[in-house]
Amino acid sequence: MSGQVTMVKGHQRRGGGWALSGLAWVVGLLFVMPVLWMLLTSFHSEEDAAKNPPDIAAPLTLDGYKSFFDTGPWPSLANSLTASVLSTAFVILLAFPAAYALSIRPVRKWTDVLFFFLSTKMLPVVAGLLPIYLFAQSVGFLDNIWLLIILYTSMNLPIAVWMLRSFLSEVPVEILEAASVDGASLGRTLRSVVAPVVTPGIASVALICFIFSWNELLFARVLTGTVAQTAPVFLTGFVTSQGLFLAKVCAASIVVSLPVLIAGFAAQDKLVQGLSLGAVK
Amino acid sequence: MPRQGKHVGVVGVALLVSAVSGCAGWGGGAGGGGADSINVLMVNNPQMVDLQQLTADNFTKQTGIKVNFTVLPENDVRDKISQEFSSQAGQYDVATLSNFEIPIYAKSKWIAPLSDHIAKDPAFDQDDILKPMTESMSGEDGKVYGEPFYGESSFLMYRKDVLESKGVTMPAKPTWDEVADIAAKVDKAQPNMRGICLRGQPGWGQLFAPLTTVVNTFGGTWFTQDWQAQVNSPEFTAATKFYVDLVRNHGEAGAPQAGFTECLNNLIQGNVAMWYDATSAAGSLEAPNSPVKGKIGYAQAPVKETDSSGWLYAWSWSIQEASKKQDNAWKFISWASSKEYEQLVGEKLGWSRVPAGKRASTYENPAYLKEAGAFAAPTKAAIETADPKNPGTQPRPAIGIQFVDIPEFPDLGTQVSQDVSSAIAGRMSVDEALKRGQVLADDVAERYRSRAAK
Repeated sequence: MSGQVTMVKGHQRRGGGWALSGLAWVVGLLFVMPVLWMLLTSFHSEEDAAKNPPDIAAPLTLDGYKSFFDTGPWPSLANSLTASVLSTAFVILLAFPAAYALSIRPVRKWTDVLFFFLSTKMLPVVAGLLPIYLFAQSVGFLDNIWLLIILYTSMNLPIAVWMLRSFLSEVPVEILEAASVDGASLGRTLRSVVAPVVTPGIASVALICFIFSWNELLFARVLTGTVAQTAPVFLTGFVTSQGLFLAKVCAASIVVSLPVLIAGFAAQDKLVQGLSLGAVK
Repeated sequence: MPRQGKHVGVVGVALLVSAVSGCAGWGGGAGGGGADSINVLMVNNPQMVDLQQLTADNFTKQTGIKVNFTVLPENDVRDKISQEFSSQAGQYDVATLSNFEIPIYAKSKWIAPLSDHIAKDPAFDQDDILKPMTESMSGEDGKVYGEPFYGESSFLMYRKDVLESKGVTMPAKPTWDEVADIAAKVDKAQPNMRGICLRGQPGWGQLFAPLTTVVNTFGGTWFTQDWQAQVNSPEFTAATKFYVDLVRNHGEAGAPQAGFTECLNNLIQGNVAMWYDATSAAGSLEAPNSPVKGKIGYAQAPVKETDSSGWLYAWSWSIQEASKKQDNAWKFISWASSKEYEQLVGEKLGWSRVPAGKRASTYENPAYLKEAGAFAAPTKAAIETADPKNPGTQPRPAIGIQFVDIPEFPDLGTQVSQDVSSAIAGRMSVDEALKRGQVLADDVAERYRSRAAK
């Protein structure tokens, strides 16, 4: 949101600025409407939630949340957290040196390497599902959270490398030269010189990886069972073909979205910096 | 699928043991979770959610067996079950299958026969299970492969007060022509109230569940006994035209998207006066907080050429052949499908939530009859008159009332239902929809004909 203010200030065109600002609000509200609707519905009773036309002023209740927590969501939330945090950490640890080798000190044929990274995303995820399932089954790795951690790390790595590369190529060559003149080793340069400059970039990459792995459903649904089940799989369990479920699902969705929202707010400052940093070319 | 050799088996077990003991907290591999626990994969219908909440304090307390549940929506659970069972992954010991899957899975040896367990467990009382249920869960070898958790047939539900206000009485055994007549009379009886709700949502288990029962009683069938497709036959066409016309003229708003849940909401909210669907809906209609409680009458599934036309469906428990904990798995099934469990639900959660429709004794239980009196007798009658082996006017090549019990049917039924749903939406004629359906059905039938010829 601070980015929006900067933009308006930067343009200094009163009429146009107001119009743009108004438009931004309208678009913003349009995007947030379904979420607000979900929030409101989560506080309605099942009967009110199923009414058509909808009853906005229906009495509020915590029943949806109660029945959600009664079903014991904690193990699946913990699994999601484990898978998301660990895979994000691995992605950053691996992507950061890779991005360095593709931007600041590019390896030979670095464009080919970048394209190769991207090409791994071109295969539809579902096409890899069956081989992975059969592999996991034969090595006894089904229903194991480490399988998801490995998969999420490898799924997000190409995107992270691409994003981090664009951030790293913004790093001024001068400070790298200064570091090398001072005799800093490669590891030292990465840790003490490059990393602080691109912190906003790392934050936004980490957030995106966290969101992607937190929300991943397809692999989690097929490869997990009773032990390693993640929150999105648990969430789908509320959609029943017999009986009412809207309020419960909305309450569950709100709870499951909270960690991502919190992470987003926590990283907001860095994120806006990071997004605008990447955009300036 | 049997293991390839003894050595592989031994190594596999060794790996398994080390995986289970070594990776505690990681979630082990196949069959994880400790010796005294079982894994259960089940559909998330309200009856199962109740079971999930009652298990720890009752079953686990009595037996010391911990039960880990995975609960998924119907379509997802079907996908996951077929993936799990066809590969015999052994992750789950017990799963909810229906009487559609059980004979097919039994034939493929993906599920374990239960007859030995039943014989050793007289308290379970297999003879108390309603006959058509046991019959539809038996394999070709005569052994029982599944135990019902709750069963249903179909019947006609109607608003007694609305029919009365129009001076109409519902016969106890209505014909479809009488029902169409009544639908016309009660249509618009109240503002925004339509005559009848019938499923129009595509899906072999949605639209084609009620529609196939109409086809059966109109004298139609999907296939003849010698595997000739009959989808564009005069009887199948007449039944489909009747159904489509009825729902288009006097049916619910948004019919092409309406499935079980939408119709249930429509009847509860007074948007329709009648509904032909599953007997298990009655529990929701007569629940203490239902606005239509006490206002609903129940009549047998409407007929034309046959004596009865209700379907038969049961969510049931089966044990995966690859499970290493079959004894514990049976203990769980024996508890979940028992009389005591019904008693427990009745006392703890209310008698309208009992997973009924499977045991004769349920319908002699005064506590159940007190709460479910309005629909208990019609439900039991509907299930008992259902004949899965001979549901129509001609012999069939496979068991099944609202489905044909072959692995190809879900695909076939769903594809044809999309065109029939289009016909309900007015985008296609019934003749065109069934002409296309006939091609698809003949494709399936051809495979069986050529197999029979060999």
